Amino acid sequence: MNESKPTPVVHPVIQIEGLWTQFDDLVVHRDLNLEVATGEVVSLVGGSGSGKTTLMRQMLGLEMPTRGSVKIFGISLHDSPARTLKKIRKRWGVLFQEGALYSALSVFDNIALALRELRVFDEGFIRDMVMLKLDMVGIERRHAGKMPAELSGGMVKRIALARALVLEPELVFLDEPTAGLDPDRSESFVRLIEALHSQLGFTVVMVTHDLDTLVSLSDKVAVLADQRVLAYGPLEEVVRVDHAFIRSFFLGDRGLRALSVAKQPMIGLALPGAAR
Amino acid sequence: MIQEPEVRGGSGSDVGNAIALAGAWDIRALERHARALQRALRERTHARDARWDLTKVQRLDHIGALLIWRAWGRKRPAQIELRPEHEIFFANLEGTRAPASGRRWADWFAPVRALGDWMLGAGEHVVDIVRLLGQMLIDSMVLLRRPALGPWREISASVHRIGTQALGITAAVGFLIGIVMSYLSAEQLKAFGADVFIVNILGIGIIREFGPVICAVLVAGRSGSAITAQLGVMRVTEELDALAVMGIPYTVRLILPKVVALSIAMPLLILWTSGIALMGGAIGANLQLGMSMTQFLAGLPAAVPTVNLWLGVGKGVVFGVLIALVACHFGLRIKPNTESLGAGTTNSVVTSITAVIVADAAFAVLFNDVGISLL
Repeated sequence: MNESKPTPVVHPVIQIEGLWTQFDDLVVHRDLNLEVATGEVVSLVGGSGSGKTTLMRQMLGLEMPTRGSVKIFGISLHDSPARTLKKIRKRWGVLFQEGALYSALSVFDNIALALRELRVFDEGFIRDMVMLKLDMVGIERRHAGKMPAELSGGMVKRIALARALVLEPELVFLDEPTAGLDPDRSESFVRLIEALHSQLGFTVVMVTHDLDTLVSLSDKVAVLADQRVLAYGPLEEVVRVDHAFIRSFFLGDRGLRALSVAKQPMIGLALPGAAR
Repeated sequence: MIQEPEVRGGSGSDVGNAIALAGAWDIRALERHARALQRALRERTHARDARWDLTKVQRLDHIGALLIWRAWGRKRPAQIELRPEHEIFFANLEGTRAPASGRRWADWFAPVRALGDWMLGAGEHVVDIVRLLGQMLIDSMVLLRRPALGPWREISASVHRIGTQALGITAAVGFLIGIVMSYLSAEQLKAFGADVFIVNILGIGIIREFGPVICAVLVAGRSGSAITAQLGVMRVTEELDALAVMGIPYTVRLILPKVVALSIAMPLLILWTSGIALMGGAIGANLQLGMSMTQFLAGLPAAVPTVNLWLGVGKGVVFGVLIALVACHFGLRIKPNTESLGAGTTNSVVTSITAVIVADAAFAVLFNDVGISLL
């Protein structure tokens, strides 16, 4: 839907400039910069302790960076009035790692919550919308009345995705979207995200450890290491960067397998690790 | 330029023309205009065979599409012009059937059924608590042969948490209750010139009844809720299952220490609370009736037979075990969600206070001719 509309001023959806994060003496991010353009799917990868999760939380405004600015839709998250921030928060959707479904609310109420909070739509409309979202994420309607505790891990993720998408967000954050799912489920969840992304054209920022997810979904990969964005670009460019983390992450056995299975044509490239 | 959403044509002088929708029909715009647009669409729905022109819609999402879809009566009108990129939203909507509206019948027997459910539920709780106590005792048999396996450290930690740390609050409440009772009864006694009997009233009242009950209520609220919440969270985080697969019975490791600790700490706390409450009472008597502290204390042994003290201590043991069992029982029943944790803790406290008072009534009936000296 984005191609058709006249686009006047194009801000990058996310713009991070000169970001520092410091916990006491420990510097997590040192002068980090990152830009995400509209419609892109960007994966954040990095070793544990590289500050992926912290960076994501800073993009969500849940944590303050020590220095530097984070702009979402061209609006600074850390020095804007509360009203402006509230508007931004309606334009993004977040899928938390464990789903973070409200355990006291049924599946239906979890998805309906954000719509009800707008206080614009009547219950009939909300019911139709919730059912539509359930259909879109492939959850049968008979599960609508269930409580989150009664659901399997895969269903929790799908319902959390439906909840994240209920306000038709322009930007979607996915925190480890396939963590804790069996290969089959995670495959179909990746497909689902792929399909919804191509249908709705939202921008995606995700943190993931799962190479298969990363390879099949991302347009661009941002590698966090050495307190900064070490490499940022399409996967085939990123794997060419010569760095210990990238070698071990992408060009280990698991990495090569994922790369070769998912993107057949790409493996024709002379991968530095594959040659050896 | 993105424009506000609007509905043109199809009514008034424009009847017969196409109904044209224009502008941005997405959540951002609809948040402000939804009601007006719904009204505008509703006015035009009578024209079933109208032509719909959606080509001027600049932005569309599922929210906007659903608004239009509902106005159409959940089916595509015969004549419609649509931008190709907007097709997908209506295609998604077409895929969803209208939800079946389940009709509910009024249930006249609901209150009766609810009462029955409640009674059966209460019975089940009692059975469960007895079973828990039995299981705990069976599992503890091992300790008779190998006492070194006992959770002695946990017991001592629990006594500290439940007993020592509660000394302050029980003292404060006990003292105030003593003063209140003293002031209330002093007025009455003065009217009959029976001032000296304040020692009997306060002595028997506090040592037999108020000390144990106040103490039990405080401990139920303070430690009962903590025990329930702790076990509940352990259930939620599967720690109880982790104990089970390691072959460590949770009854011995978690419940036994609580029960033992409460049955040790409660009698001691009761003695402490009663002592402080008597002190408050003595001060009240001094201020109201001019009775000296020494006179009050000297009168106590004669007015209150020692057996009352044992009765208070005995009650303490029973109340302690009751509170611990009820708290553990409700903690183990908690389901992995926030609501259940809250409800479980509330139920635990309410039930243990009720249980304590029921037990107290039983004591009063059973021991009604024990330890009360008739003058």
